[in-house]
Amino acid sequence: MIESFKRIYDNRHEYIGKWKEKHPDRKIMGYMCTSMPEEIIYAANALPIRILGGHESQNVSQQHMMGTFCPFSRDVLAQGLLGKYDYLDALGITHTCQHIYQAYESWVLHKNIKSFYIPTPNTSQTPHALPYLRGQLKLFLEKLEDWTGRKIGENDLRRGIEIVDTTRKLMKQIYEMRKSESPPISGLDSMLMVVAAQMSDKEEFNTILEDVIKNELPGRKAKATPSSRLMLIGSEHDDVKFIEMVENLDAIIVIDDHCTGSRYFWNTTEQNEDALTDIANRYIKKPPCPIKDFPVRKRTAHIVNLANEWNVAGVIEIQQKFCDPHELDRVAVSKALEKAGFPILNLEADVTMPVGPFRIRVEAFLEILSSEELF
Amino acid sequence: MAKYKTEPLKCWDKAKELRSEVYDRIAKARDEGTMIVSGGTESAISLPAGFDMEFFGGEPYVAGCAFMGKNDSSKYMKYFETAEAAKFPRDLCAYMRLSVGSLLCNSYAFGGTYPKPAFNLQTHICDTQGKWYQIMSELEGVPYNALDLIPFEWESEYESEESKNLKHKYLKDQMLDIIDWMEDISGKKYDDEKFINALNCECESASLWAQCCMVNRSIPAVMDEKMMHSLYVIAALMRHEKASVNFYKELLDELKDRAERGIAAFENERLRLLLDGMPPWHSLEIYRYIEEFGGVSIGSHFSFGVSGGWAYDSKQDTRVPAMPPKEAGVELRTREDACSWYSKWLLNTNTILRSLKLSGQGKNKHILDLVKKWNVDGVLIHLNRGCEGTAAGQMEIRYFLAENNIPVITFEGNHADIREFDLPRVKTTINTFMETLDLKKL
Repeated sequence: MIESFKRIYDNRHEYIGKWKEKHPDRKIMGYMCTSMPEEIIYAANALPIRILGGHESQNVSQQHMMGTFCPFSRDVLAQGLLGKYDYLDALGITHTCQHIYQAYESWVLHKNIKSFYIPTPNTSQTPHALPYLRGQLKLFLEKLEDWTGRKIGENDLRRGIEIVDTTRKLMKQIYEMRKSESPPISGLDSMLMVVAAQMSDKEEFNTILEDVIKNELPGRKAKATPSSRLMLIGSEHDDVKFIEMVENLDAIIVIDDHCTGSRYFWNTTEQNEDALTDIANRYIKKPPCPIKDFPVRKRTAHIVNLANEWNVAGVIEIQQKFCDPHELDRVAVSKALEKAGFPILNLEADVTMPVGPFRIRVEAFLEILSSEELF
Repeated sequence: MAKYKTEPLKCWDKAKELRSEVYDRIAKARDEGTMIVSGGTESAISLPAGFDMEFFGGEPYVAGCAFMGKNDSSKYMKYFETAEAAKFPRDLCAYMRLSVGSLLCNSYAFGGTYPKPAFNLQTHICDTQGKWYQIMSELEGVPYNALDLIPFEWESEYESEESKNLKHKYLKDQMLDIIDWMEDISGKKYDDEKFINALNCECESASLWAQCCMVNRSIPAVMDEKMMHSLYVIAALMRHEKASVNFYKELLDELKDRAERGIAAFENERLRLLLDGMPPWHSLEIYRYIEEFGGVSIGSHFSFGVSGGWAYDSKQDTRVPAMPPKEAGVELRTREDACSWYSKWLLNTNTILRSLKLSGQGKNKHILDLVKKWNVDGVLIHLNRGCEGTAAGQMEIRYFLAENNIPVITFEGNHADIREFDLPRVKTTINTFMETLDLKKL
């Protein structure tokens, strides 16, 4: 049921504790960026889970990370230093932004944990990125074999692809339903669905998704009356209070471009070559986040396309304070959206959200969206 | 009475002359309509050297803007304000904002209009680099390409040869593609011989600068870091040219001679410091302030690495000047040979890529090596709000040094944006640091 999404999100550690009781022989790897190939971890019979922040004030990361590194990365590191993820058997990361990478480095330095780093390409636009990534994934696979003591064959990889692709397809199906005039699921529940998928065993989660699609969403309306349709874009964002606040106003979020949203699952795996090449190809083709979007700028067209297809009235860019990659894209993305006729509101987020001041700004934005053109 | 003898550096005027020449040549190319190629100074600048061109490197140019802004802030502040008015956030890379501002103002800090390049070629070495020149190219309306450089990991990580080979092939193949791309967009024939000559010079310049840094292990130090900023910039601007090689040969001879004769950069050296991070270009007087306590900054990870070619020596478990092709007994004959060498060189020898080279453990090992080998008594860390690439890992380095009883203190600032640098406060921080070391002003 839809409530399961929030239950998993709110009780992520308890969920894993119970999971571990059921699967005492399986290992758990926490990861910090959605470029991590979960398929291969499933193929190794281990469980990949994404590490997110706790949205609580903390002071444990200050001595490890500079104050101008983004609040999300500092919050993530704090989770590790506070021992919230002590049940992890390993920590993994791909080549990602410097801030979250710092969280990984500090975590590895101060916690005695097995670590996996995959030096994935920064850009997917050169044709050489695919064979390079495939090669690095092979090395990652071999390290996983050593770690788990289990040989990973082509069939295992295909099984891993099947598990993860099923989640992707089901979540995309639900996102498609949000195109309707009265979306059956709110922006908040959609965000919770995606992060719950990142935090749980996908084999279990897929049954929840199937149940929600079959039994709960048909005929459902997330809001009783039509509201302003909004898109949410920007850096990592899983702040419940903010989304709740927006949707308690006369608005509903119908689409996003976030790594805690559509970017995580948008494309599935084309099965053309050997499994590792197919997996590499899937990550090469996934919608890029800003740091992977060069030399040609492809991200803006993808965002405008989503805004058009989901028929939004306006866009809120919610960006982690000090997030350089998204700041570097801000001018181009704003221009592209405005040119396409989508007003945009830029907001900067911290670990805890100033909901009151933000409410005033969102209300003003909604007023602009609904105002009559008088001249 | 002075503790050591000192004398001015004979190469000083030559360095200034070479630096000015580069900016004059860029202005001339702009006025005469000859080819300018632009990009970050850590770019693979020997690649476009297969054409007759002037390379307009972003970082040294805007560092110059920040330094000049101290005396005349009219252009400097206008560049910042123009970039901010164009909605580029103020906490982005300060170099990038100055660069974008200079372009948007259509102003070249050394006079005239902004030199528009034929194309931009960048190497992606931090979150900003690949995006910086994407933005510049969009504003200029010129083609853009970027090399995706994923450096070899620190030796502490025992990276497999297979992984290194993948990175090597990945970068080499991109280089070969980029040469074809440059020919396509410029309509000009690429000269492999010019490229190979440039590459030989680039590697030799980088190796020579590393050798110069090695001489600074001497007590007293023959260079202070303030001097080093004026010296390594030659390689940052024109390491692919023979004039750069000649300059560093001359400098190395002079430094060796100074070391032999005990000539100090600072006559009252009694405290050898390492200033980790980038220099505050607008406030270089902090080096003079340190001297008031008998302190001298003998260099930094940045000053050693930004223009230096360093190779890990497993026998000594330390970094030593890397061997350029000829010294290594390698003759580069073809474009393929050169791209293969060049890619390995960039992946292996560039320690400035600290933020990208896994891991925290490797960074700590590297800083400890610098402290020990250069006889350092304490470390000042510039937590740079203006360049998070060089700031990455710094808080962990502080933690590590403190754990190892090496005196260390941090100050927050910005290497290029004076509005984020509180000089009196930094001086107070230095006072506190000196007090903890029981040092009073001389």
